[in-house]
Amino acid sequence: MKPEQSMEFLNALPADTLLLDNTDDVIGRADEVRRHVAVALRFPKWTDGRAYSQAVLLRGRLRHRGRVIATGEVLADMLPLLRRCGFDGVQLRADQSLEAAQRALGYFDSHYQTAPGDRRSIHEIGVTR
Amino acid sequence: MYRYTDLDRRFVRARAAQFRDQLQRHLAGELPDDDFRPLRLQNGWYVQRHAPMLRVAVPYGELSARQLRQLARIAREFDHQDAGLASERGGFGHFSTRQNLQFNWIPLARASDVMDLLAEVDMHGIQTSGNCIRNITSDALAGIAPDEEVDPRPYCEILRQWTTLHPEFAFLPRKFKIAVSGAREDRAATAWHDIGLRLHRNAAGEVGFAVAVGGGMGRTPVIATPVNDFVPWQQILVFIEAIVRVYNLHGRRDNLYKARIKILVKAEGQRFVDAVNSEFAALLADPDTAPIPQAALERVQQHFQPPPAPPPLAAAPVGTPLPAYTRWADRNVHAHRLAGYRAVTLSLKRAGLPPGDVTADQMEGAAALAERFSLGELRVSHDQNLLLPWVREDELRALWLAAREGGFATPNIGLLTDMIACPGGDLCALANARSIPIAAAITERFDDLDELHDIGDIDLHISGCINSCGHHHSGHIGILGVDKDGSEWYQVTVAGADGSSLSGAAVAGKVIGPSFAADEVPDVVEAVIATYLRERRPGERFIDAARRLGPLPFRHAANTARRSTALAA
Repeated sequence: MKPEQSMEFLNALPADTLLLDNTDDVIGRADEVRRHVAVALRFPKWTDGRAYSQAVLLRGRLRHRGRVIATGEVLADMLPLLRRCGFDGVQLRADQSLEAAQRALGYFDSHYQTAPGDRRSIHEIGVTR
Repeated sequence: MYRYTDLDRRFVRARAAQFRDQLQRHLAGELPDDDFRPLRLQNGWYVQRHAPMLRVAVPYGELSARQLRQLARIAREFDHQDAGLASERGGFGHFSTRQNLQFNWIPLARASDVMDLLAEVDMHGIQTSGNCIRNITSDALAGIAPDEEVDPRPYCEILRQWTTLHPEFAFLPRKFKIAVSGAREDRAATAWHDIGLRLHRNAAGEVGFAVAVGGGMGRTPVIATPVNDFVPWQQILVFIEAIVRVYNLHGRRDNLYKARIKILVKAEGQRFVDAVNSEFAALLADPDTAPIPQAALERVQQHFQPPPAPPPLAAAPVGTPLPAYTRWADRNVHAHRLAGYRAVTLSLKRAGLPPGDVTADQMEGAAALAERFSLGELRVSHDQNLLLPWVREDELRALWLAAREGGFATPNIGLLTDMIACPGGDLCALANARSIPIAAAITERFDDLDELHDIGDIDLHISGCINSCGHHHSGHIGILGVDKDGSEWYQVTVAGADGSSLSGAAVAGKVIGPSFAADEVPDVVEAVIATYLRERRPGERFIDAARRLGPLPFRHAANTARRSTALAA
């Protein structure tokens, strides 16, 4: 997985998507995750950040290579965080501007942390430079 | 101090541009209040009683004269309004206990211009609010204290970078505060933080961190639980990642008052510690997890090299020093790790101005002192003062004269009037009661320096509400503003401790009776002090006497100050 993979804007969840609540234990459901090509993680409220950790565990601990989709209350301004936690698909909340979401992805060209699955240490791309 | 690299600069400018976009959408009606609020908070913008409040991050309390001059410019050009009382015209900043600076009168429409000005001097408001990892705080004497085992600043800087816009931890259940200390004396109140880090060396001389988790103030004061005595410095980010991940996934989100990590730690006990250790082990077993390389630490340490030793002292000045100078030197000048240097506190506790407040002119004044006497560097202390870390011993006299002229030389550091206070109900929308008039009344009451020095070392802490920004829980005397039937009342506690060796193990103070009316509070403080002066043993400090005596004598004494409130039993 590349640290900054492309982000797909989706209108509906693809068939055969495993939909998880943010209270679900993603590690405990590793077998199910393996049987699906896509996993959708729900944001019941956009300020509830549990799904970010779930995505990091899916990508890092489980090495999930399929799609990870953010669904529920997903706002344009969440896009940079979502992408950097390993999400590669989003269903934006209906009122969100696609243009603002795409713009939100463009502000930063570097970060102090690695994306999950990126083997470069943060100290090669961040602290040490 | 740390000097921004090109990456740091690009990053802060990108953040300012991102915020400008968000603000524009908000002002255009495209980003509703509820959605904009968390975004502005994570850039330091609150909406307060009169106007927005901007909290500017001062990472681990290090500030340059150049930055302070820019803050003065912002105070002068942006933080003002033309109407209202004299105290409502703005033009000043307030240093907080978390080493940050707050402005109170900047209109929101000018917010992104201010962020651009901050970015010009490598500053920002990133994560100074919101439910994320806040600005890292540390010892104001970091790198210069004689009792220091390990200089915490390079580790603080690595932590600053790692926590900055960490994508996984931007929306935690609640705010998250980390404090770091590397000295024997804990001057950063680490036990009162979500994570308290104490740097030390093990028997083999290796550097690591003692980690405590789940301290906090608020309505449930809790002292942090030690979870690991020695995490090797190379693994500290991994260990913190494990802690914050467990908190992010399992911290309560159903009740604002139970959402801090302290509640999770208390409820789960050993299970919490086990979960952290298991996540830590899983991360360490992952080949993608990289410890901090030695070279990375060394590169950051380069920024914190000590200045060259000053030339040997000239002959001591002839004549007996003035008593006023001696008094100042006793209280405001501190020992230094390097021969020939001293650290000097510029007191921000003086009559006529709230604790921690500085006007634009005073910011310029302090910057000029730093340029002339301290290699252009200042520190913000947890006690809401400024500190000059690199003052040559042979320039102390000249500094004293200049600091007196600038109003920074009140010789009261560590004394009763060197109090901690939040902005309170005058400015803060959360406050139940005002702090500033209480602080002013106490400062006025205890204006006799001989008396102050006789009372000796004491921590007086004032919070305008239970959010505890004024750290009332840890005050030897604590004052808390409470709201009853829409009016202001004050609860008084004694014998709280921040965890320093003067104060003893960190603990919340004990209440000395039902709340007092505002006009009773100075009399209550006077009665508490009088009790101490009467009961103290030779050489016994207030905190030791308060612990020995218990709250009862203070409770009785405070009753004599009651006019409108009912006596405590």
